[in-house]
Amino acid sequence: MRILVCVKRVPMTGGRIVLTEDEQEIQTRHLGFTISPHEECAVEEAVRLVEAHGGESVVLTLGPAEAEEQLRDCMAIGADRGILLQTDGADWDAQSTAAALVDAIRSEDPFDLILFGNESADAGGYQVGIRVATTLGLPVATGLKKIEPRDGGVRVERDTGGAREAYELPTPAVLTVLEGLNLPRYPSVPGRLRAKSKPLAVSEPARPEQRLEKVRLVLPPGQGKQAEVLGEGPAAAPKVVELLQQLGVA
Amino acid sequence: MADVLLFVEPGEELSLQALGFAQRLGKVRAVSLDGDYAPAAWAESLADASEGADAVVAAGSDRGNELLAHVAARLDQPFAANVTALDGDVVTRLRWGGSLLEEARLHGSPKILTVAPHTQPAAEPVEAEELGLPAGADTAVRVLERLEESGGGVSLRDAKVVVGGGRGVGSAEAFAIIEELAGLLGGAVGCSRVVTSAGWRPHTDQVGQTGTKISADLYVACGISGATQHIAGCKGAKRILAINDDPEAPILAHADYAVIGDLHEIVPAISAELRRVQGR
Repeated sequence: MRILVCVKRVPMTGGRIVLTEDEQEIQTRHLGFTISPHEECAVEEAVRLVEAHGGESVVLTLGPAEAEEQLRDCMAIGADRGILLQTDGADWDAQSTAAALVDAIRSEDPFDLILFGNESADAGGYQVGIRVATTLGLPVATGLKKIEPRDGGVRVERDTGGAREAYELPTPAVLTVLEGLNLPRYPSVPGRLRAKSKPLAVSEPARPEQRLEKVRLVLPPGQGKQAEVLGEGPAAAPKVVELLQQLGVA
Repeated sequence: MADVLLFVEPGEELSLQALGFAQRLGKVRAVSLDGDYAPAAWAESLADASEGADAVVAAGSDRGNELLAHVAARLDQPFAANVTALDGDVVTRLRWGGSLLEEARLHGSPKILTVAPHTQPAAEPVEAEELGLPAGADTAVRVLERLEESGGGVSLRDAKVVVGGGRGVGSAEAFAIIEELAGLLGGAVGCSRVVTSAGWRPHTDQVGQTGTKISADLYVACGISGATQHIAGCKGAKRILAINDDPEAPILAHADYAVIGDLHEIVPAISAELRRVQGR
């Protein structure tokens, strides 16, 4: 199986988001970076499928030069090679992102599966995978928590909150996944060493005009609430139970 | 006055919220689809129906976001998911699961957007016109079967009380005290992403941006620092009680009440006090 996984570099925001002065970005000076949680599961799934069925797993990202770090992380848990569509760091909207990914995918031998996270952690657009599938004329299923290869296709399940829906798709297909699909492994030290020498292809696509064009970021109101401290240690238990009774839950 | 095509999921609260939003934009044509869910085919039907509309709107539900992404891809137009306001051509929309807002210019026509859940009051239901599928619609991807989850315990999404544990709980075994308190309150057990990544609890217990978004009357957050990932999942709770040994933990800026100290002592003490007053 040949499997492509599309990922996005995002900051690890921690407990509190601080914006840059121009309100265009999150202040990331003191933050580490990662890929979206859904995508970590997509990478893990690709690596497992290739371990079980043979083939190749490739990770693709559109992002700044520093996004090589995230591609190497993916290679450290087992992806075979990486493709970086390098930007100057500016945001690309979903339409232009999808178009750049499609160009990159078309220049490769065909993949059996193209995996995405259901939505990115930062922009949360819910659409790049669907746009890529539509442009390539491939079937697509989203929000998946189970993927099983079948003869000439794939059986998948999505969580709808209560019930699960099952679908079958012919391959090649585009699948977008949710965290909970699997429990991603941590990279091993030898894995990290191997990742350093795995192939990485870099190109620089041109950024088209943005059709969902960021004006500014705004912190939502209602932050910085001051919690009423009921007490310290186990001695606070009676006060807590009093509160539970007041709230009608005990 | 703008013509708005609204996709409705009958009986869904989020659709009524989207209806309220759509009615403030202009004249609403509410439509629905019936039969086996087939996203590409349903989207083709919606795209056909959008001819002449100024805006295409749905709830920011799983289906709403999926279908309008398909519509936008078919029409090659931009799509703004989880919008809270539209002013001219500028949308305000959620980023980071609602921990951050973005104002963005939506250049497309029609304007394709979904309405962020629980940001708008619900409208009175209206009759939705049922659309058919176009001849030769692509139903290759459609629901084959629905598998009911085994209904053990209280569902996290609907629980009135959720007791959540984070890194501070320390181990899978130590969740016994969280389970005990949740049980006494007739509630569900939740946890943070750190906990599921460590394998202490299954992902189905995760409260967060990439887990379950809860709407409990009370959320008890034990040993949870309050990363934005977690807050995105628990901010729908009406009240939050944080139990944490760090009075500076970010969770306290989102909590209504707090108890400071070691959860391994405090949580069993609360359970014991509950048993005492309940006479159990």
